[in-house]
Amino acid sequence: MATAVPLKTVYSSHLPKTSIFTRRNSTSNAHIPTLPSPLKSLTLTPRRSLLTPLFAAADAEADLASSGSITTFHGFCYVVGNNIDTDQIIPAEHLTLVPSKPDEYRKLGSLALVGLPTASYPVPFVNPGENSSRFSVIIGGDNFGCGSSREHAPVAIGASGARVVVAESYARIFFRNCVATGEVYPVETEEVGIWKECSTGDFVTVDLVGNRLINHTKGKDYKLKPIGDAGPVIEAGGIFAYARKTGMISSRAA
Amino acid sequence: MAASPLTATRSAVFSKKCELGGSISSSPPPLVAHRCRKHSLNKILAVMAPSRTPQRPPSTTGSVKHAMTMTEKILARASERSQLEPGENVWVNVDVLMTHDVCGPGTIGIFKREFGENAKVWDREKVVIIPDHYIFTSDERANRNVDILRDFCLEQNIKYFYDIKDLGNFKANPDYKGVCHVALAQEGHCRPGEVLLGTDSHTCNAGAFGQFSSGIGNTDAGFVMGTGKLLLKVPPTLRFILDGEMPSYLLAKDLILQIIGEITVAGATYKSMEFLGSTVESLSMEERMTLCNMVVEAGGKNGVVPADKTTFKYLEDKTSVEYQPVYSDENARFIQDYKFDVSKLEPLVAKPHSPDNRALARECKDVKIDRVYIGSCTGGKTEDFMAAAKVFLASGKKVKVPTFLVPATQKVWMDLYGLPVPGSGGKTCSQIFEEAGCDTPTSPSCGACLGGPRDTYARMNEPQVCVSTTNRNFHGRMGHKDGQIYLASPYTAAASALTGFVTDPREFLQ
Repeated sequence: MATAVPLKTVYSSHLPKTSIFTRRNSTSNAHIPTLPSPLKSLTLTPRRSLLTPLFAAADAEADLASSGSITTFHGFCYVVGNNIDTDQIIPAEHLTLVPSKPDEYRKLGSLALVGLPTASYPVPFVNPGENSSRFSVIIGGDNFGCGSSREHAPVAIGASGARVVVAESYARIFFRNCVATGEVYPVETEEVGIWKECSTGDFVTVDLVGNRLINHTKGKDYKLKPIGDAGPVIEAGGIFAYARKTGMISSRAA
Repeated sequence: MAASPLTATRSAVFSKKCELGGSISSSPPPLVAHRCRKHSLNKILAVMAPSRTPQRPPSTTGSVKHAMTMTEKILARASERSQLEPGENVWVNVDVLMTHDVCGPGTIGIFKREFGENAKVWDREKVVIIPDHYIFTSDERANRNVDILRDFCLEQNIKYFYDIKDLGNFKANPDYKGVCHVALAQEGHCRPGEVLLGTDSHTCNAGAFGQFSSGIGNTDAGFVMGTGKLLLKVPPTLRFILDGEMPSYLLAKDLILQIIGEITVAGATYKSMEFLGSTVESLSMEERMTLCNMVVEAGGKNGVVPADKTTFKYLEDKTSVEYQPVYSDENARFIQDYKFDVSKLEPLVAKPHSPDNRALARECKDVKIDRVYIGSCTGGKTEDFMAAAKVFLASGKKVKVPTFLVPATQKVWMDLYGLPVPGSGGKTCSQIFEEAGCDTPTSPSCGACLGGPRDTYARMNEPQVCVSTTNRNFHGRMGHKDGQIYLASPYTAAASALTGFVTDPREFLQ
């Protein structure tokens, strides 16, 4: 992530997600002012709009324009356990949705993590009837994304508005699909069991430059493994966008 | 868990990597080179198809100076290199790209977006498109997805498209096959030494033919569609040595459940799994497929079984394409060896909700079940149904729970109605199933293995308990979120159908 990417690249991405991009991300130098103290008591109730005062859309946009690459993500986290499989991320009955079609991409976002067993996960990741999630970071355990090769899985998470998954490890195909699509940053933790110390609704910051996960609600700070070469690819919007940007392949035909 | 007849030894780890660069690798001790050459000569004798050109690069002959595993050799040849190391990223030439109705439309969407509306696939004979997931459904979007495949195949003049138009009667569609992984094998698209990529995690099934095969996402597949290449990281190899006579009550499904239970669902992440030993040599191609099919359930990148006379025999009437098998060098480096004495194993199940949640079938004899499902790429092949029929035949009883039979392909369906079951006096599987009170074998497809649209045959729409010959028992996998799936061999599935409880097949087979 050392190379700063001009903002233009982010916006020129063809992915539909860019329309909501600015609302949920901030840049490395757009740090949180002071955390509003009521947040702690509101952890499960605040809606998406609570984020807006912190990073009002217009301000965030301005920050982005002046600063370049997006390396820090703030927001509420959604916490899951070990071996979250692709059937839980996006159940197979919804695989009739084609991710490359914009309206079906949005629908996939509304269904992200809908396969989690309700008894263990009483708080839905995406509220019924909504297209996006109020959680911008997913925190999980070991072997996140195991199972199917369905690219619908990282796409559903990305389309829901979440941009980062923090887990102990990933299943191979899921990790690769995150990078290939540029939908989600699959970040690994240095230590195990962080998911047990975090609660759904905690306010967190993921810093991809400092390789840190900060749980503001719990007042804890964790080390992350560097995202490495995958970072610039995801930032560019996936392998095709990255290959074009870096001149590996020529501009799109026709 | 009962006694685990397994030993794991950490064999040659990558301790000598640093010595292999520079002049050392370019001038190895003559003795080693000689031994490798001799070794490779032995292997070449076993090749069925003679090579096309008199001169072959070292990477294809096996006479390389650098000992490699099968998987490394296949990827070396496909990347036109004489040697490579696990961990290296190489551009690999793809021999076959497979996609289906669930991931095909998305792959096509990416291909068109990135290469242009008028772009052509890199090779119309190397893209194989097999509708198989959501076929027999009134779901409009599912039907539309098959239409998208058809339009694309017509436009691109794709040679191997196994179309279905008449959903009312699959037999009216001679081109239609069914489950892609089994169809790939039956139609001769799986060949030793080749690289097969597919937009389905169970693409690893084809490793049974001694080839590199792995599942990829839509974006990667879109890239392959346009270029015929993909950047792959060379995996290190875990070696599984299965020796001993296979007891009559075990099937390959028990072996792979044993292995996954041992190494966990993440035990082979980023790794290749090579299966060998006298037991593996004795397995049929379909059983080898069952073994390789589920390597992804251990996180594996690919699984391989060395090609041998069983492989060559299977391929005889299926392909005219020349192929060159490769084999691991004697001194190739495996990151770990696992040894099993198969004669000591017992029938197994994987309890809900993880394929590594291993238990002996007899330990679960008090688990009451609501249904049995026999089908999928893992457990819906001809021999899987033959095995189930054998149990029903031996018992002479009727099933106590609804028993759903979904042949993987049209060929399997025909076998159920045409092939006599050994020892039955000429009865077919379908006759035996009918006498046992099973549901009539239905149209071939992926069916309810992964739930699918609501109207999918045998989909678990209630929170029931199912014994299934499929590959995954995740929450919601077969439909209902609170359903419970016990993964088992066709023997164990049939035995359980007869009692209404999870049942060790020895109750009927001995």
